Amino acid sequence: MSDRSFTGKVLPLVAAATMLLAIGMIFFYLPEMKGESGEVLDSSFRIFYFHMPIAITSYLAFTAVFVSSILYLKSSEYKWDIVSRSAAEVGVIFAFLVLVTGSIWAKATWGWYWIWEPRLTTSLALFLVYVAYLLLRQAVDVQDKRARLASVFGILGFVSVPLSFLSIRLWRSAHPLMFGEASYGSGGGLEGTSLQLTLIVNIIAFILVFAAITSYKIGNEKLEEEANTLRSTLR
Amino acid sequence: MIRILDIAAKDLKEEFRTKQMLNSMVIFSLLVIVIFSISFGSILGSSENVAMVAPGVLWIAFIFAGSIGLSRSFVAELENGCLEGLKLCPVSRSVIYTGKAVANIVLMLIVELITIPLFVILFNYSIGGLLLLALVIALGTIGFVCVGTLLSALTVNTRTREILLPVLLLPLVLPVLIPAVMATGSALSGASFWDISQELRLLVVYDVVFFLVAQLVFEYVIQD
Repeated sequence: MSDRSFTGKVLPLVAAATMLLAIGMIFFYLPEMKGESGEVLDSSFRIFYFHMPIAITSYLAFTAVFVSSILYLKSSEYKWDIVSRSAAEVGVIFAFLVLVTGSIWAKATWGWYWIWEPRLTTSLALFLVYVAYLLLRQAVDVQDKRARLASVFGILGFVSVPLSFLSIRLWRSAHPLMFGEASYGSGGGLEGTSLQLTLIVNIIAFILVFAAITSYKIGNEKLEEEANTLRSTLR
Repeated sequence: MIRILDIAAKDLKEEFRTKQMLNSMVIFSLLVIVIFSISFGSILGSSENVAMVAPGVLWIAFIFAGSIGLSRSFVAELENGCLEGLKLCPVSRSVIYTGKAVANIVLMLIVELITIPLFVILFNYSIGGLLLLALVIALGTIGFVCVGTLLSALTVNTRTREILLPVLLLPLVLPVLIPAVMATGSALSGASFWDISQELRLLVVYDVVFFLVAQLVFEYVIQD
């Protein structure tokens, strides 16, 4: 099948190549950050080019869960449940990595791993919502009931995504705002083509990695379903 | 509209006959406050310290009491096939949800009405801005119950329902709880309506969003 060979071979290769390019750009292409008085800034800033693309990817993953949950409830087709299950599992990993990279960066710039402020709290909540989603899946035995209830929770849980995204725009926060306007003033912008280009390549790389892992996961889940139906016919 | 009130009235009538849930919710929220007064005993001497912990203590008491109330909300319907009967009623499914939610809101407000005076007495605390506090707590409770009622119906079908409800509920209601706790803190210290208008706006938005989403998906939760 050409479809499977694309997601199984081409997509991971492209994702790996883009990822290598993205990592290379962070270390070799980016100019050194200069402070206002011209001194060279701490290069811990470079983790930002991982942190923000991972965050965007996790939002994207949960959006995929949301959309496929709606589609499942509308059509009751089991393939949508497989999509939302796979995207949720990968999304949880990405949401966890957001917290990890954020904490490492925070330790380097603020001096501590964690503070209780809106952005961090809502990101943690987002992670916990989708951990709860996976727990809910484990707690229901019957297949279509599990798919139905998980879809409901997937729709309801999506409410945390805009809150996490908007939290730094709503409340005064220690977390830096890179783009757009906050209610309390504009954020620190990211200027310069080399910086923006690195960021864009990183975002593309992480989205490709997400797509590759998720399509692998979807393939695995489908095979597992096939194995289950085969097993039940043998019995 | 009247049907919603009918279902709410049915639930409340059933509750007031036995007062089983209400008693345990009130006792539980009282216990939470007592445990807090024990664990924070040493710092509660000055009223500034009390003002700092007050919104947190109050909301933890409300949430804990609320989630035990919610966990029973649909279990009672499962016994004797009451839920089947409700589904056979000539009303749309969202009416059942709204009726249940109204009953749960009333129960929680009663618990809160008893808890707050007890808190004031036990912590030797005087509250400023009662009206505003009532508004904040009412909005927070509505949001909490809107999610909670739906999840109560959802977890009733699962194996570990009593454990699963708080696990699912707490991260989901965080968008309501953050502004509610912030606004409660300001209202307790006597802020004006305009000081907390941003939190109130967020609370209203989340109440409406949760209520509407829950209305839309409820029929899938109780479908067989």
